[in-house]
Amino acid sequence: MSVKKFVVGNFYDEAVLFPAVKKVRRAGYKIHDVYTPFPIHGLDKVMGLRDTSLHTAGFIYGITGTTTAVSFITWALTIDWQINFGGKPFFSLPAWIPITFELTVLFAAVGMVLTFCWLCQLAPFVKKDHFNPRSTDDTFVMALECTDKTNEAEVIAFLNSVGAKDVSVEHRETGWWLGRYDQDTVKYGKKTEAAA
Amino acid sequence: MSLKLNFTVPKRYNTISIALMLVGILAIVGLYITTHGKGGTPEEVHHNEARFWASLLQNSVYFLLVVNASMFFICATTLAWGGWQMTFRRVPEAISVCIPVVGVICAAILLAIAFGDNHTIYHWTSKEHVEHDATLYHKKGFLNTTFFAVVTVLTVVLWSVLGWKMRQLSRSLDENPIASLEGKRKYLWKNTIWAALYIVVFALTVMSSIPWLWLMSIDAHWYSTMYSWYTFASTFVAGVALIALFVVYLKNTGYLELTNNEHLHDLGKFMFAFSIFWTYLWFSQFMLIWYANIPEETVYFKPRAEGIYSGIFWLMFIINFLAPLLILMSRDAKRNYGTITFMALLILFGHWLDLYQMVFPAVSPDHVPMIVYDFGVALGFVGVIMFVTGRALAKSPLLAKNHPLIKEGIIHHT
Repeated sequence: MSVKKFVVGNFYDEAVLFPAVKKVRRAGYKIHDVYTPFPIHGLDKVMGLRDTSLHTAGFIYGITGTTTAVSFITWALTIDWQINFGGKPFFSLPAWIPITFELTVLFAAVGMVLTFCWLCQLAPFVKKDHFNPRSTDDTFVMALECTDKTNEAEVIAFLNSVGAKDVSVEHRETGWWLGRYDQDTVKYGKKTEAAA
Repeated sequence: MSLKLNFTVPKRYNTISIALMLVGILAIVGLYITTHGKGGTPEEVHHNEARFWASLLQNSVYFLLVVNASMFFICATTLAWGGWQMTFRRVPEAISVCIPVVGVICAAILLAIAFGDNHTIYHWTSKEHVEHDATLYHKKGFLNTTFFAVVTVLTVVLWSVLGWKMRQLSRSLDENPIASLEGKRKYLWKNTIWAALYIVVFALTVMSSIPWLWLMSIDAHWYSTMYSWYTFASTFVAGVALIALFVVYLKNTGYLELTNNEHLHDLGKFMFAFSIFWTYLWFSQFMLIWYANIPEETVYFKPRAEGIYSGIFWLMFIINFLAPLLILMSRDAKRNYGTITFMALLILFGHWLDLYQMVFPAVSPDHVPMIVYDFGVALGFVGVIMFVTGRALAKSPLLAKNHPLIKEGIIHHT
């Protein structure tokens, strides 16, 4: 958990945001993240984010579910407690397929939900800073990360030139914490500096 | 940007399709010679004749249902108000032109089997046989030659006419664009009505009565309520594979500029999803019969899963389920032209094998009569489909550019 310095710009139109993201990346600034009220198709590609590996995780969970089901039923019905069902062999795979299928789906589904929460750092009481509360309503918020050598005035001028409004320099917590938004907003809001 | 809208059939394409048709005719002649006039016991003569007709039946029904699936694709997407398929909609439209052509061939073969053949395929066509068979006697309201002939002809005519109407609606816009919003709404509504009519006919034929009559009645004593859905899933996934093949072909020759791997991705999803759907129906039919273990029902799977056909049966299972599941699962595979081409060919072959093991074990339960002529007949039908589709593609522009939903297709991405 560390507090870093960001230059934050607000956009009020997707049509302005897209070229702005492209220009900012071409100029070499590091985009910390772009916060939007709704999912925007293609924004991930423009930002250069890599594809999610959630589906690979899902495949692995599914395979685990299949293996668990088949091995457990095999052990239970052929070794531990043999039961004769209508004269069928103890190892009768067709009868187990539905349960194997269900367990595959269950493992994949539950595993992927938990992995998704892990990747996005979502859990009860876990809080994260998203720079501007209006990013959940009607504003697209772009945060650029600053280093020691960053000339903030230059970054602010650049953001203004690509169409950002209300640009400001802010110190924000980058990690997650357990807490409440009403108190924490006050905690971090004090460090906001006015844009030059 | 100027688009290449007018497809001209390349010479090589034409030569190949005509050559394939010739191969088909030669294969039919060859098959006729090897199966007829060889003498032997009456059983052998009977069996040989049945083998000849079974090959024609399997190939014609399979390819008819596959080309018919592309009209189903058009109508289903129309009813769902889908726009993504608009950039390549002329491809399934062109494939559906094959319905009357292959339909006439198929109907001729079916009628020849029902009336001309010595009851070798459909045992219920023999009146005296039915009199002494309690099961067939109870089924004779449905399984009789008159009903069979009427339904067969009516089905092919309805598919052709409704398909023609859908294509005509699509082409009517090429020269006269609709300007008003009201006009566009009316046009979509008209499309919806005709597509719905086609879907109703499709539900009453491909999804129920047609597989019962054409295929299931070869095993006239046996029945399965899964059978029609199973046949539908089989031919629909093969139909989507055929559409994908033509899309890839046109992309490779420089047409369909507005179709890209986003559209291919969705076709791949269809191929993947309906392969799984096919497996679901295949397995449901198999498991219920396996579990209940009633002789009247297991008789169907005895030659297929355990008997001489088990090789084809399990090979088909691998091709139609495991291969699509493992190969088409990832996103990159579905967006790759090479993988999609390979899988489309594999799926078309796999479901051809599926129809093979639906038809032949009933006709010849003791040995697999698959020889080179069976593949020859199949190639003949491929030639017919290539020839007719190529001509249909050349006839109208490759983009339905005035369709109200065309923009959705162009900007489509997943």
